[in-house]
Amino acid sequence: MPLPGVGTYEDFNTIDWVREKTRDRDRHREITKKSRQSTIALLRSVSDAFSGWLLMLLVGLMAGALAGGIDIAAHWLTDMKEGVCLVGFWFNHEHCCWTSNETTFQERDKCPQWQTWAQLIAGQSEGAFAYIVNYLMYLFWALLFSFLAVSLVRAFAPYACGSGIPEIKTILSGFIIRGYLGKWTLITKTITLVLAVSSGLSLGKEEVLSAAAAVGVSVAFGAPIGGVLFSLEEVSYYFPLKTLWRSFFAALVAAFTLRSINPFGNSRLVLFYVEFHAPWHLIELAPFILLGIFGGLWGALFIRANIAWCRRRKTTRLGHYPVMEVLVVTAITALLAYPNSYTRMSGAELISELFNDCSLLDSSQLCGYQQPNVNASDTAVGNTLADRPAGEGLYTALWQLALALVFKMLITVVTFGMKVPSGLFIPSMAVGAIAGRLLGVGMEQLGWCSPGADCITPGLYAMVGAAACLGKARFTVWRDPHDGVSVVIMFELTGGLEYIVYLFIISVHSRPSLCLSPAHIRLNGYPFLEPKEEFEHSSLAVDVMRPRRSDPPLAVLTQNGMTVGEVETLVESTNFSGFPVVVSPESQRLVGFLFRRDLLISIDNARKCQEGVVSASQVIFTEHTPSQPPEAPPPLRLRGIMDLSPFTVTDHTPMDITVDIFRKLGLRQCLVTRNGRLLGIITKKDILKHMAQIANRDPDSILFN
Amino acid sequence: LGFIPPEAASQLLGSFDAIINCHNSDNSEDIRCKCICPPYREIEGHIYKQNVSLKDCNCLHVVEPMPVDGKDVEAYCLRCECKYEERSSGTIKFTIIMYLSILGLLLLYMIYLTLLEPMLKRRLFGHSQLIQSDDDVVGDQQPFANAHNVLSRSHSRPNMLNKVEDAQQRWRRQVQEQRKSVFDRHVVLS
Repeated sequence: MPLPGVGTYEDFNTIDWVREKTRDRDRHREITKKSRQSTIALLRSVSDAFSGWLLMLLVGLMAGALAGGIDIAAHWLTDMKEGVCLVGFWFNHEHCCWTSNETTFQERDKCPQWQTWAQLIAGQSEGAFAYIVNYLMYLFWALLFSFLAVSLVRAFAPYACGSGIPEIKTILSGFIIRGYLGKWTLITKTITLVLAVSSGLSLGKEEVLSAAAAVGVSVAFGAPIGGVLFSLEEVSYYFPLKTLWRSFFAALVAAFTLRSINPFGNSRLVLFYVEFHAPWHLIELAPFILLGIFGGLWGALFIRANIAWCRRRKTTRLGHYPVMEVLVVTAITALLAYPNSYTRMSGAELISELFNDCSLLDSSQLCGYQQPNVNASDTAVGNTLADRPAGEGLYTALWQLALALVFKMLITVVTFGMKVPSGLFIPSMAVGAIAGRLLGVGMEQLGWCSPGADCITPGLYAMVGAAACLGKARFTVWRDPHDGVSVVIMFELTGGLEYIVYLFIISVHSRPSLCLSPAHIRLNGYPFLEPKEEFEHSSLAVDVMRPRRSDPPLAVLTQNGMTVGEVETLVESTNFSGFPVVVSPESQRLVGFLFRRDLLISIDNARKCQEGVVSASQVIFTEHTPSQPPEAPPPLRLRGIMDLSPFTVTDHTPMDITVDIFRKLGLRQCLVTRNGRLLGIITKKDILKHMAQIANRDPDSILFN
Repeated sequence: LGFIPPEAASQLLGSFDAIINCHNSDNSEDIRCKCICPPYREIEGHIYKQNVSLKDCNCLHVVEPMPVDGKDVEAYCLRCECKYEERSSGTIKFTIIMYLSILGLLLLYMIYLTLLEPMLKRRLFGHSQLIQSDDDVVGDQQPFANAHNVLSRSHSRPNMLNKVEDAQQRWRRQVQEQRKSVFDRHVVLS
């Protein structure tokens, strides 16, 4: 009967996957065997099989519900910065004017039920004084929201800040971070995410974190398939087919739940769902490739700048004042964002407006083309808008957009990494969408279309630009030539196969040489072995193992002949997390491997509960106890906690194979033998340090085992 | 499994949705038909809204009064775009009020933890027993934790309350650890 505590892990240690897999298989075998004996056991085995699916269902429901709630609350709170609804304070701007009949074609937003702060406080709606009042109220609300967000994070769950994707990748690879996925983190993250997004900071509504990251992406973008691919490509270390189907199921359930809550009021899943069906021209491939290259450049630049800024935050005085930092950045963002209408609106709204293709029904600034001839419009039906020259409104929109692009690029570098929950998808997409739209309008005005034909649709360029940047400021491993996730997300958003070609082209052409998540993983020193990096150096196992030539010899236990006191001294004098067990110090023939935690717990328990075990008792690892002299204290048998099948490699095994073994089996340590005798041990940390050394990075930055 | 085109998927989901949300249709304010008509000849663009059901959501039913007459109606209506929209104001109200209450509760709890509790404890114990650490007023609860244990033992409170206090102290220490690593050292792990 195993003791409670044996087989569990210390905080900030890595899980031994082999042991866990063996245990799970044994448990499953037990259940299957018992199920043939009685109906109750059969029911239990059936429920065990379904428990996985039930869990996915619940996860999907909860994530969908949370996402819907976050969406509704974030929209409302964002609009709160500008005004208040008189018929019901819980309505945001759009819903306040939903039933009113006073909206006009030109001013679709104005209705008497929605009052801006200037109207409420000063009684005026136009003029310099009203503008100043609105500006000040905007600033006030932004500062209040971000202050509340960072205070709550600080008081309840400091783990809730950031996007969490590097930490999730590490946790899913087997590293234990207690409290990271706890209920306080979830509650705090949900509440403060809404506050952080509504304060106007340049960050995104990152998906609700759950182990099924697929679900999160699914509800963020309404793209269940993209979510599953995201999980497969980015986050999951060990992803068998069973997980694939279950993730997809959870993602579907979440999307359905979100759809039922209907946060956007018109049965879409996402704010920027668009439908494009216009055919594309061959000549448009050139600007798309340009957008792809832009996406790659933006990604590389952003990653370097952001990592440099994060490093500065870590090492200089800037990092001592996190709350102040959040307030200052919010103030700067609000001050600079308010005058430009494209930066004043939230990221998702901006993207949605940029994706929108202009038709005769639009009256926004971005669609400010000169009206076609009045007589011709009698016969014109629908949206034939080929070759229109730009009007006043459009020129204003263009330079405002250019300013917005520069502003967003700069401010996102500084914002990402602050001590509030933040995400990167929306700001990257916004940057890409602005660039795409500018390019699209430029192409349109150059007049490369034949008259009468449906020509360049700037909204499509915006979408392609967003896809390019979404991929690259993100987390893709750099060797992967196809950014599968962005392509699928975009495909699901637009609902058409016509644009798949575009997206593959741009994904090939935008490949930064760094990726953000692995860079952050390295910055924080997590022991994460990238599953896709290739190990190119030609070293042998003997070069990486411990002990090195100058180190003291390996600390081993013998299978009999050591006393409890000697074992305890050995364990306490070193801080290794495991000890090999050998037949005798002279032969060094391997018997098994023992974990420090299990050893300490067993000895502790034996001292308290077992009769007569003292420091002079022998510790026995063999099957049969050797004969003891009659006056000796009773021996302590610890064969049960020993791992009898540790993995070994010989000293001449090349490191590529060793690293492969580590990755594929999820090992934590591996013993090295020569001519059958135990020589040393390689741990995951040693491998990471070795790889860091080869890449000329600081090997001491790897912190954990 | 194949790709499900969003239109088909949304129609499928829509049928489920209709079953689930059928109770919402009593609130007639939550449905509308919105028709956007662009400028035509000398008539300006206009937006028309009405609470009609899906089958009546077209230009002829919604655009009232019709700004053109007779033979022009068809040409005018061809340019208009009518969309049927539905929302659930009850869900919105519920969500916002729920969010505000949770936010309010968290804020109150935070204020209690940071301001009121030290004040109460100081009043109970006086200044002599406790070491005032000027390091971190918000986080350092250790002196108060000890004091709290002293108090609980001396007044022999019932077990349930003790357990709650213990759990709270443990949680607070955990948050303090997290705070030290995330805010002060800028790493997630300590």
